[in-house]
Amino acid sequence: MAGRVVALIVTLLTLGPLALVAWRAEGGWGADWPALRFTVTQAAVSAGLSVLLAVPVARALARRRFRGRGALIALLGAPFLLPVIVAVLGLLAVFGRSGLLNGALGVAGLPNVQIYGLHGVVLAHVFLNMPLAVRLILQGWQAIPSERFRLALSLGFGPRDIARHLERPMLREVLPGTAVVIFAICLTSFAVALTLGGGPRATTVELAIYQALRFQFDLGRTASLAALQCLICAAAVLLAMRLSVPPGFGKGLDRVVAFAPPGWRRIADALVLMLATLFIASPLAMIAARGLPGMMDLPQAVWAAAGRSVLVALGSTALTVAAALALAGGGRGMGLMATLPLAASSLVMGTGLFIAIWPFIAPERVALPVTLLVNAVLALPFAYRILAPAMGALRADYGPLADTLGLRGMSRLRWLVLPRLRRPLGFAAGVTAALSMGDLGVIALFAAPDGPTLPLLVQQLMGAYRMEQAAAAALLLVLLSFGLFLLFDWGGRRGSDL
Amino acid sequence: MALTFDATLIRMDDFRLIADWQIGKGERVAILGPSGAGKSTLLMALAGFVPLSAGRITWEGQDISRLPPDRRPVAMLFQDQNLFPHLTVGQNVGLGLSPRLRPDARQRSRVAQALAQVGLQGMEARRPAQLSGGQQGRVALARALLQDRPVLALDEPFAALGPAMKADMLDLVTKLAGERIVLMVTHDPADARRLAGQTVVVSDGMAHPPAPTARLLDNPPPALRAYLG
Repeated sequence: MAGRVVALIVTLLTLGPLALVAWRAEGGWGADWPALRFTVTQAAVSAGLSVLLAVPVARALARRRFRGRGALIALLGAPFLLPVIVAVLGLLAVFGRSGLLNGALGVAGLPNVQIYGLHGVVLAHVFLNMPLAVRLILQGWQAIPSERFRLALSLGFGPRDIARHLERPMLREVLPGTAVVIFAICLTSFAVALTLGGGPRATTVELAIYQALRFQFDLGRTASLAALQCLICAAAVLLAMRLSVPPGFGKGLDRVVAFAPPGWRRIADALVLMLATLFIASPLAMIAARGLPGMMDLPQAVWAAAGRSVLVALGSTALTVAAALALAGGGRGMGLMATLPLAASSLVMGTGLFIAIWPFIAPERVALPVTLLVNAVLALPFAYRILAPAMGALRADYGPLADTLGLRGMSRLRWLVLPRLRRPLGFAAGVTAALSMGDLGVIALFAAPDGPTLPLLVQQLMGAYRMEQAAAAALLLVLLSFGLFLLFDWGGRRGSDL
Repeated sequence: MALTFDATLIRMDDFRLIADWQIGKGERVAILGPSGAGKSTLLMALAGFVPLSAGRITWEGQDISRLPPDRRPVAMLFQDQNLFPHLTVGQNVGLGLSPRLRPDARQRSRVAQALAQVGLQGMEARRPAQLSGGQQGRVALARALLQDRPVLALDEPFAALGPAMKADMLDLVTKLAGERIVLMVTHDPADARRLAGQTVVVSDGMAHPPAPTARLLDNPPPALRAYLG
């Protein structure tokens, strides 16, 4: 029952804006070819590069055992939860005009590199998504039964034979799905394009939606762009459905495969892991280094924005977890409902809600509730994918017993679901809170200049070239995001071992 | 007759099981047969987890085949997962009284009494993981007794216990069940003998009508003889 109500609301929120957008796109159906081309190109290049770079990292992680391996795998989980705007700031500090890399190049007398435009956007997307690809591919490696490795070794297989008979077949299975997931994520890129792209040659459709609504207030054009974005996302989701997409949050990444070739491959693996660690950790370290000095005297506006962001994050966490729980407890078909928001994008939903709201009320007055709602819907697929398997196992193990005892409704929730699902619930809540905390999407469309969330404020400070304050605010943002994640996750783990 | 399988047919893919017989109050009935024949399925249909394709199951003349599991006159002990590991023994037993689990003093004393009946007095605060397999079976039995349903259905809940412990549990069930009907799935003829009542043989898509266990086992019909070897 609750599942069906939630499914209805989610459908309304994801498909409703489409209807509104289609209705408002009066005659303005012309496709924005440059934006479309850039969106697809950058997403394809980002996905391809992420996957390509992830393979050697995943292989090295799969077959080497070393101190700090667990920590490195945990570090790989960080970019997924890192607010995009913070990632951009960190990358600027390393690869930007006055960043570490250009400093080193200058000392060596070499020309500077430029981070803006297509390659900047791709760089940021690779930074954000390559770790996800590593984790997914690592799962593939660990899914190869160790008996098969042992059999191969007993048959005298060398590394080449193992690659040919064991690893490449696995990669052929795992890589397309992994690439398409990252492709779909990059299609809706907004914050990265907003900060590192821009201009006619580096504008994504999402960014174009924002510009059309915010600067030109051209509802017809906004709506037609939103319709275009919808088509792109729908196409990506259809593509993903044809491929087998690996499950997102694997467990047991601590196993090491039974095959570790010595010699130069050992050195190459070490080198790959060092470079990957450097690539992931240096922007994070730069955030801390540049943000720390300004932390002591953050302006009042930063604290106010932080407060707004935490409220929004907690609100959307409550909504998302309740909705995911209701859908996971519902019957068949609920999984499809829960993945529906993957086809939506922040700005498309925002545009739809904007069209629905603005004849009645000034959009900036409902900026926070709208952001809360949109964040909740967009996080739902992730929360659902964390909870659904646990819920299925719970139903298989204790469903019949609970049914004979008449445990249903609140009693079932209180005495069975909440205690047994503590751990995945905490994890899902943590992921949702961090994603919502760091979101920079729909809020940019709605917010009044004096009422931003923390990510939007960081972006505004960057735009005003107040880089020290931006860095400090970014550090606060990342502390709050990871803090919320760790808090919820810890709360879920505590006492869940029964 | 109290419990009636009235021309019931269970059909799942190419599995079929027919049952058409009755059981009177207070009877002890073992359900015996090879694995995969449908012994558990029969019990699951009675408890409301497997739908009937035809016929009906009645209790004292009332059709119960469409009721949800908790509204049927059946208390069930499953093969495993009979206790919630995150709840205490007292809470697990208390669930037999009310799913809301906010016991008053009277309910508390009933829980204590049920635990005493199965020889576990004062163990309310323990967790299932702190108990032996036999003790866990006793806790589940205590809850089933508190549920106070006229049919006690046992789906091999004691299969994991050693022979002596299993015999003890069966004796305890027989002693405490009182006027209840006891239906017990087993693959072990010794269990059927121990229960000392009637036996339903399940084989070849048919749950045969109950017959006195001793006579059946001493002089088995062909289907049963093939199983007993």
